[in-house]
Amino acid sequence: MTVLLEAHGIGKRFGGVQALKDVSLTIREGEIYGLIGPNGAGKTTFFNVLTGLYPRDEGEITFAGQPLALGSPHRVTRAGIARTFQNIRLFANMTALENVMVGRHARTKVDVGGAVFRTRAQRTEEAAIKRRAEELLHYVGIADRANDMAKNLSYGDQRRLEIARALATEPKLLALDEPAAGMNATETASLRTLIAGLRDDGLTVLLIEHDVKLVMGLCDRVAVLDYGQKIIEDIPATVRADPRVIEAYLGTGAA
Amino acid sequence: MDIFLQQLVNGLTLGSIYALVALGYTMVYGILGLINFAHGEVVMIGALVALAVMKLLAASGLPLPLIFLIALIVAAMACMVLGFSIERIAYRPLRNAPRLAPLITAIGVSIVLQQLAMMIWGRSYHAVPSLLPAESYEVLGAQITQLQLIILLVAALTMTGLILLVNRTRLGRAMRATAENPAIAGLMGVDANRIIAMTFMIGSALGALAGVLVSANYGIAHYNMGFMLGLKAFTAAVLGGIGNLGGAMLGGVLLGVIEALGAGYIGDLTGGVLGSHYQDVFAFFVLIVVLVFRPSGLMGEKVSERA
Repeated sequence: MTVLLEAHGIGKRFGGVQALKDVSLTIREGEIYGLIGPNGAGKTTFFNVLTGLYPRDEGEITFAGQPLALGSPHRVTRAGIARTFQNIRLFANMTALENVMVGRHARTKVDVGGAVFRTRAQRTEEAAIKRRAEELLHYVGIADRANDMAKNLSYGDQRRLEIARALATEPKLLALDEPAAGMNATETASLRTLIAGLRDDGLTVLLIEHDVKLVMGLCDRVAVLDYGQKIIEDIPATVRADPRVIEAYLGTGAA
Repeated sequence: MDIFLQQLVNGLTLGSIYALVALGYTMVYGILGLINFAHGEVVMIGALVALAVMKLLAASGLPLPLIFLIALIVAAMACMVLGFSIERIAYRPLRNAPRLAPLITAIGVSIVLQQLAMMIWGRSYHAVPSLLPAESYEVLGAQITQLQLIILLVAALTMTGLILLVNRTRLGRAMRATAENPAIAGLMGVDANRIIAMTFMIGSALGALAGVLVSANYGIAHYNMGFMLGLKAFTAAVLGGIGNLGGAMLGGVLLGVIEALGAGYIGDLTGGVLGSHYQDVFAFFVLIVVLVFRPSGLMGEKVSERA
């Protein structure tokens, strides 16, 4: 399988705290790659470094054969990495459909004159944006909520909407930051179906998750972070049995 | 009764101009959380640039309404450049500074523009030629001039256009997304700097329009006209709920009507002690009353701190 993303020697400090230290990992095309670890292990920091929200202090990231520039979130998006957030960050006062349509900005031309004078090209593009956004809402299963304000959607639907919005940027890699957080068992089960479906449709998924059961059941490969360092990267069965992982989660002596 | 109708007509005209200016304040506030105190000066520059164009074309023999239209367009374009420059020079470098800093630069820009206008156009009041037909109609005992009708029409069309732009187009969507969360909008491929620049340019064009209309309405333009007009329009924006487009429109029209009616009746109400030149008092009195009872303005939502 071809490598989609290769992170090498990633380091990130916040003042005196070394949040990430020499983290290297390889994500292959078409897999679901899980990133787990105890609270504060640096998972979300890694995500933010990867998606350009935080500049990294050390290390290189190669994505689809190209070096990934530092910072600049919208360039990361254009390169083909999209993400969702642990604490949902939708445009609360826009409709579900509009939220997804904003996601199409990464892949469509910005033409100010067209927006003001409504040229034919602009109308055609606008119609295409809307059609694609509707398809995506349908894909994640919330087509019936298209015209509701994002803030009025249920928690589970907001998560789905965030995924639809991320998909609108046409990512090669979709990074999900704790998508199951706060979900009940039914919602988690249907989320699992959705993520598996994404992979079957050819997308590569990076999944950060607390729910170890979900990760182990869904991911092709899993990496474990502890105190900002990667302690293992392997298939779920091996990771689960590794004494270092058990120690990281349960403390010394448990292994 | 005819005083009431007459003042209502005058108030609506004035109010629609306030509304155009208020939109400039509220759009910038909505997207940056910044009060652009230089906006009143943009309005003034718009009026004076238009006047210069009118004088330049006066001998050209072009039809008068066409001259007016050309002056209007030139003024709008000049103000778009001005608005773009103000944002670039005075606000963008302070984007992440404490909120007080851009407020001070805004006041600075306002003073600079006023002094600049004084140097170019002098301290005197300039008479604005009446290029638009001044015939008036009598409606239920009130006089309404064609100029007033044109002002109302232009303002209504412009505001409708703005609402469509913000709610129906991709640019408008990007503006709303940036207003809600610039970081996430950026992550979605929206270039926030570009959207903010566009917002300033659109607001400034509306301001130029208002400047030309108000100077045509009163037949006068001068370097200091932006100050009180800007203050009133800002009042209107706060009255309606700052950051809210509909609020700025409502606030502007309401303020204009209250002021005109106040001016019409204050003499009777106070037995002649106070005259109509106290009309400015009404604007600010209304502002205080509304803010006491509805701190977020008539159409403003409850203020919630951004995470």
